[in-house]
Parts: sequence; structure tokens; C-alpha cells
Amino acid sequence: MPRHTFELNGETVTVDAPDDANLLWVLRDVLGVTGPKYGCGVGVCKACTSHLDGAAFQPCTMTVAECAGRSVTTIEGLADGDRLHPVQQAWIDEDVAQCGYCQPGQIMAAVALLAENPSPTDDDIDQIDNVCRCGTYVRIRKAIHRAAAAM
Amino acid sequence: MVTNETAGRHVAGGPRITRRRLLAYAAATPTLSVVVKLADAVVGPGGAPPAGAQVAGIVDFTDALTLAAAPTQHLLVVEVTAENRVVARLPRAEVGQGITTAVAQIVADEIGARLEDTDVVLEDARPELLWNQLTGGSNTVHALYTPLRVAAAGARARLITAAARRWGVSASGLVTADTTVTGPGGRSATFGELSAAAASVTVPAVPAVPKDPSQHTLIGQPTTRIDARDIVTGKARYTQDLPIPDALTCVVARPPTLGGTVRSVDDRAARAVPGVVDVVRIPTGVAVVAETFDQALAGRDALVVDWNPGPAAHLSDADVRSRLRGAVLPYLPAPGMRVVEHAFDFAFVPHAPMEVLNCVADVRSDRAELWLSAKSPIVTAQTVALTVGLPVDRVTVHVVRGGGSFGRRLFFDPAPEAALVSKAVGRPVRLLWTRNDDMRHGRLRPASHHRARATLLLGNPIGYEHRMASVTLDGSHGLGELLSAVGLEALGVVGQAMFHLTQHDLYRLGIQTRSLREVDLPFPTGSWRSVFSGQVRTVDEVMVDQIARSMGQDPVAFRRAKLRSARLRAVLDKVATEGQWGRPMEPGTAQGVGLHEEYKSVVAYLVELDARDPSRPRVTGAVAAVDVGRAINPRGLEAQLQGALVDALSVILQAGVHIDGGAIREGSYADFRYARMRDTPPQVEVHVMPPTGEPGGAGELGVPAASAAVANAWARATGTVPTSFPIVDVAP
Repeated sequence: MPRHTFELNGETVTVDAPDDANLLWVLRDVLGVTGPKYGCGVGVCKACTSHLDGAAFQPCTMTVAECAGRSVTTIEGLADGDRLHPVQQAWIDEDVAQCGYCQPGQIMAAVALLAENPSPTDDDIDQIDNVCRCGTYVRIRKAIHRAAAAM
Repeated sequence: MVTNETAGRHVAGGPRITRRRLLAYAAATPTLSVVVKLADAVVGPGGAPPAGAQVAGIVDFTDALTLAAAPTQHLLVVEVTAENRVVARLPRAEVGQGITTAVAQIVADEIGARLEDTDVVLEDARPELLWNQLTGGSNTVHALYTPLRVAAAGARARLITAAARRWGVSASGLVTADTTVTGPGGRSATFGELSAAAASVTVPAVPAVPKDPSQHTLIGQPTTRIDARDIVTGKARYTQDLPIPDALTCVVARPPTLGGTVRSVDDRAARAVPGVVDVVRIPTGVAVVAETFDQALAGRDALVVDWNPGPAAHLSDADVRSRLRGAVLPYLPAPGMRVVEHAFDFAFVPHAPMEVLNCVADVRSDRAELWLSAKSPIVTAQTVALTVGLPVDRVTVHVVRGGGSFGRRLFFDPAPEAALVSKAVGRPVRLLWTRNDDMRHGRLRPASHHRARATLLLGNPIGYEHRMASVTLDGSHGLGELLSAVGLEALGVVGQAMFHLTQHDLYRLGIQTRSLREVDLPFPTGSWRSVFSGQVRTVDEVMVDQIARSMGQDPVAFRRAKLRSARLRAVLDKVATEGQWGRPMEPGTAQGVGLHEEYKSVVAYLVELDARDPSRPRVTGAVAAVDVGRAINPRGLEAQLQGALVDALSVILQAGVHIDGGAIREGSYADFRYARMRDTPPQVEVHVMPPTGEPGGAGELGVPAASAAVANAWARATGTVPTSFPIVDVAP
């Protein structure tokens, strides 16, 4: 069985899995990291959005072998201990979540956007394609602007 | 693919709750807590629960739900633990609508606790609650507002009594606040310190009467969700996030057509896939059980299944539309009258919650235990009991927070599936519907056809008729039994009862009739946020705009003149003012308004729509005004109305599904075009009207009015009355 080592939320992890093992299920089923949610399995809904070497990606479209030697950050790795990331804090301040299922992915997408573009316009924010079936978009938008101001 | 070997460091995703701890928590023993029952609080121990309203008092569906819940409200439980936690045990499902936060506010306010010391636990299925454990009809806050306050007031009175006895002072001078009882001379004791003594108080020394609203400190305050931090840190656990020891994973190969059945299976290749443990035939398909979902999905791909076509295999969109149209009789000519008449078609719409349907089941020879987000957990337990051959009291259904519902989780399709598979393999099973499963195997808001006609004499409306034909609505999640229980079986099947209890005249338009003809077509349907109102109000409100237009009147001025209620006029005036109704706008862009009244609440929306590119219309702004009688959490209410607008603009402008030979064409959000950020307005203003009475419902309230407002804005922007929804019908 191939062995794959990568960094997950700041720690080095090793899993024994076939090269083509889907990263989302490795995270959830093997490593017990359940913040990234299954929503479609084909990279469309983006509920599982996390970071690969700091850029937003969808673990459901990635194999474990492709992550070897790289750095994966999920929602669990975003806060600094008890100190929330400014985007997480903005999400609370704007009371964004309804059912909450897509929000780990939304937050990770927003963090990646702000890393590239510290003061995004509404048009820039429109490029985020993550689905929120509760329709919290207006608050997501406000929270991103709030986080941008705070950062 | 992946194997079950888990070498490498384990990375914990927050505290790992063991199954034993979960169970212990769910069954927390209340020996050191106050358990107040409504009956005790109202009439003393052993007394009868308060009499409910009479059947004759039912004027709408909200009354029916509330009356059905009334006989068991005395079974509601509010606890105060020795650990100084106030715990409300809520027999409803939290699926994003915010009821746990609203209930925490109500209970904390009444008992005098801090919100952060208050927990709301979703109750396991409790069959003795009868009709009081169904989450639907936007009824939770309306039905539970008084019972919860009475229960909490009873607990408060007992805590005060216990403190008075401890300190040897008069109870009448003691007050509760911040989860503490305080008295003269700076005396204070936390609820936790008093809970054991309070548990033995049978007759409180102070009245156990709910506070006057003027004393409320939490009810009515804009409040952030109590689980917001858990959600943003990824700690909030949904069913598939629960660590269930020894659980196997499971996906089901489902037929290419709705309701199709297995003719034959060759599972040899599937069984050879590493990690696959078993392949199990179940009524809905072929279940593949494996150590991880990766393996289960690979096993499913390796199955060779020959399927019998489902019962709708001879039906495509055109057939459905023609059957529905054929069920609506045309209107007879009205000589000498002017008529405004339009016909409308609505496509099927899936619920498509973000969290796909799923369930964890652990079925043993003598018991079954299930975890899922269930809005009708009692019927779920009964169904599972029958399915696996156990007495219902041996079936435990744990209600888990849900990732959206919109009506979908009234049905519990994955529960009997998971139970059967677990029984077959003798281990706990985590069963998951993939997105394609969820999208292509229903359920659906029924497709419908509507024909509406207003008759005008001397320029004034003297009659309005609205004939609707809908694919039959399935209410077999206990709704039919509930309606029978409150004496409404006379209204016939569920759809008719729902229709006639929810559709009312908002305007004075002369003699009005609305009728529903249900057409039995073999599609899996279900209540979809606001049920019939989403379509009916859209049609009625589009018609109101067109009647006004035919009379040369402004749509808002016409509504003001014709509205029956001052509450409705007030919310209309509010959006007209705040939204600057009638402001000059570019050609191809326009405003539209829509109103709705249901759940003892009223709402108006004013939207602005840009249809300069008619293939890509966008709602660019919206203002809503809402009167729910009394908003428990204005911040949560605002969220519901913002979300309802997104539902509305999605299903009116761009999102529906197609039927090809008894199969749903769309398979994910790639082709089911539910709105994304870029489709939604940057600003949505919500104005919450001052309290006027008891709280009504809010979760579904916004959809009909917002849908109507978007449709009317489209008509005004393009000069074309929309008659088919979604308006932009993109064939994937």
C-alpha cells in the first residue's frame, strides 16, 4: 500500500492509501477531519473548499497522491488556537450562517480571496462560486467586506 | 480508492465525542434538575393540560398544527442542571431556520438566565408527543412560545422558592437574572446551586406566570445564532460527522428512472473491490457496503444492474404539462365583461439541501438506533420499526442538526434504507445519498398549471378565479394523520386540506374562488418551503399587477385601495417608502412588489430587477417589510427573509428541473441553477414591524411574496407577463 505524507493543519500526517484515494474521504473517513463537507463530489458545490498551499481547492476533486509533500488547511486549521481568524470573526459578527453546512467552505473561499485581493469589490466577490442553499449570500458579502476592513 | 488502514498520525477535528458520551448526554439524568411540565405550571401537579382551541377555531393551517400540538404541550421539558445549565429539550428539527436560537432566547428570558448558559437539545423521537414533533408549517415558534414560557416560569418560581427557603426570606422579594437568584442583603445563588432543592418544590411560593413582554430582555433582541462559533470553526456536527464506532459506509445504486426496480444484479466485480464488505438488495436499489465511502462508490461503479423502468418512464415534461393543462377547465365566456386572463406553468423544483440525504443506522436483533436530521422523527421510528420487524419502543431515532431542508426532511427516505442494510450486515451503517442520488430521486415541489381570470364590470373587478392543477402532493409523513386528529379529515386528501387552509383572499376583488385539482402522476413530491403558496401567490400577485394595469392604475396604489387588512397595507407602505417605489429607472430595469399573509404573519417585498440582458436577469436590490406579530429574534427573521428572496429569485428566474422519460435530467448544482453570489443583490433591507401580539411563523413566509415581486419586476422590466417558471429555461 502506498504511503502518502503531507501537512494537514500544521501537522505532518501519513496515510496508507492507494494513489487515487479521494482526498475528501481520506480527510473525513481516515483522518476524522469533518469540517470539509461532502456536497457533490465533483467540485461544483464547493462545500468542501479548503486550502492547498494556501490556495482554495476542493478536496473532493483531488487524490491523496497529488497532495504528497504539500500543505492542506481545512476549516479546523484556520483559527490560531482559540483566536479566530478575522474572517471567522466577521462571519459571527454578521451572523452569516443558517444551516451552516456550506459555511466552512465559504469561509475558506473568502480567506483565499482576501489573500489575493485584500480589498475586493462586489464584482470580485461575485466570482465566488460556492453554493449556499439557504441563500446567505448577502451576509457573506458583508462579512467579507468587514473582514477586509479588519485585516 | 483507499483502504481501511489508517497508519499515520491521527488529527483530531475538535473533541471526538464517543458514542457512549453521546448517549449519556441524550439521556442526561435529571435527578439534580428541575423538570417542569406545562400542566404542573398551569394547574399544579396532576392537573389536566390546558384545553386547546376548538376545531371550529381553525381558520388556517397554522391553527391546525398548533391545535394538533396542544394536547401534549405539557410534556415539554425545561431543565436546570447542577452544572448551572438551563436546558430546553426541543421536539423539533433545526435545519438552519434558527429555532434553537429563538427557543434559547425565550427560555433564558423567562427563567432569568444568560443566553450562553442556555442549551437547546433536539429531542429524540418521543411517540407520546403524538403530533407535537413535526417540524413544518413554520409553526415552531408560534406553537411553542407560550408553553415554553410557562414551563420556564415554573422553573423560575421553583428556583426562587428554593432560594427563599435557604435564606429564610420572603420569596416575593427575590429575582432571577444572569442564571442567578438574588435577594436582600446581597444574597445570591446560582441556578446550579439551587437546582437540587428546587426539584423538590411542589408548590412554588411565587406565581409561575410568564413575564409581561415589557419585561423581556432577550425576546425581541437581534441575536446571533447560538451555534455560530461551532459553525465557523467546523465543530458543528451533522449526521455524517458523528463518530460512530465500527460503522461501515454505504451508497446505493439507484435506478435510471424514478421508482425503477432491480431486474437482475451481477455484483461479482463490486464484491472484488478492495474494502467492499457486502452488497445488499433493498427495495430502492442495490446497496454497496464498504469500509470507506471511496470504496463504496468504487464498488457501486463496478455493479452491473439491469433495471425495470419506473412508473413514470412514459412521461416527459411535455406530457406532464399537457396532463396538468388538461386538468384545468377553460373559463366560459363572460359576455359584456372585460376579463384579464393568464395561464401559468411551474416546473418541478427539487429541495436540494446542501447536506444530501443520509442516515446512520445501527440495527441489532433486539433494537435499532438511528441518527438523522428528521422533521417527522416519530413516523420515522414507526416506519423503521415496521421495516426491520421490531416493536416501535425498541427503535431510537436521534434528531441531528440538518444542513438545510426546505421541506425535504419531512421525508426520511434514507432511514429505512440504512436500517435494512445495517440489519443485513450486523454493523452500524452510514448511508449517504450522493448529490446525483439526491437530485435525481426526488423529492420535488409538484409541477403545476394555473389559469386565473379577473372579471371587470364598468372598470372594476367583480370576480377573481384561480384554478390550479398540481401533480399530487405527497403528505405521507404524518400530515394526513395530523389533520385527521384535529377533525379535518372532511377536507379530504392532504393537498386539498393544505390548499384550502393556506390560500386566502388578500384583496377585495369581488367574488373569489380558488380551486386545486390534483393530478396523480407517479412522481415523488413533497412540501417545498411555503408549499402551494409559492406558486399560488405568484400567480395572484402577477394577476393583481395586470388587473391594475388594465385599469390604468399604479400597482401599489391599486393594492392599497384593495387590500383587506391594515397589517398588509402597513408592510406595503413600508416597502414602497423605503424602496422608493416609482423612482425613475433605466429601460429594461424595473421594480416589482409582492405580498403574502400566512402563519399569522404578513410580508411585503419590493425588488429591483435588471433584465437588459433577458437571458441573464439579475435582482439588483430588495426591500422587505415583515410583521410576524412579535419577532423573537429580528436578526434571525431578517436572515429568513434574505434567504427566502434567494429561493424566490432562483425558482422564478432560473432554477427548475426537467423530466425525460421518467427521469430527472439535472444531477447537481452545475445544471440545477440555484442562485450563486453573482445572481443575488448586494443589498437586501429587511424592516421588522413593531410587535402587535403573539409571534407568528417566518421560515417559509418570504418565499411567496418575494417570488411574486420578482415575477412582477420581470413583467414591468420587459413588458412581458411571465407565464412559465423558471422564466429563463436553460436546457442542460
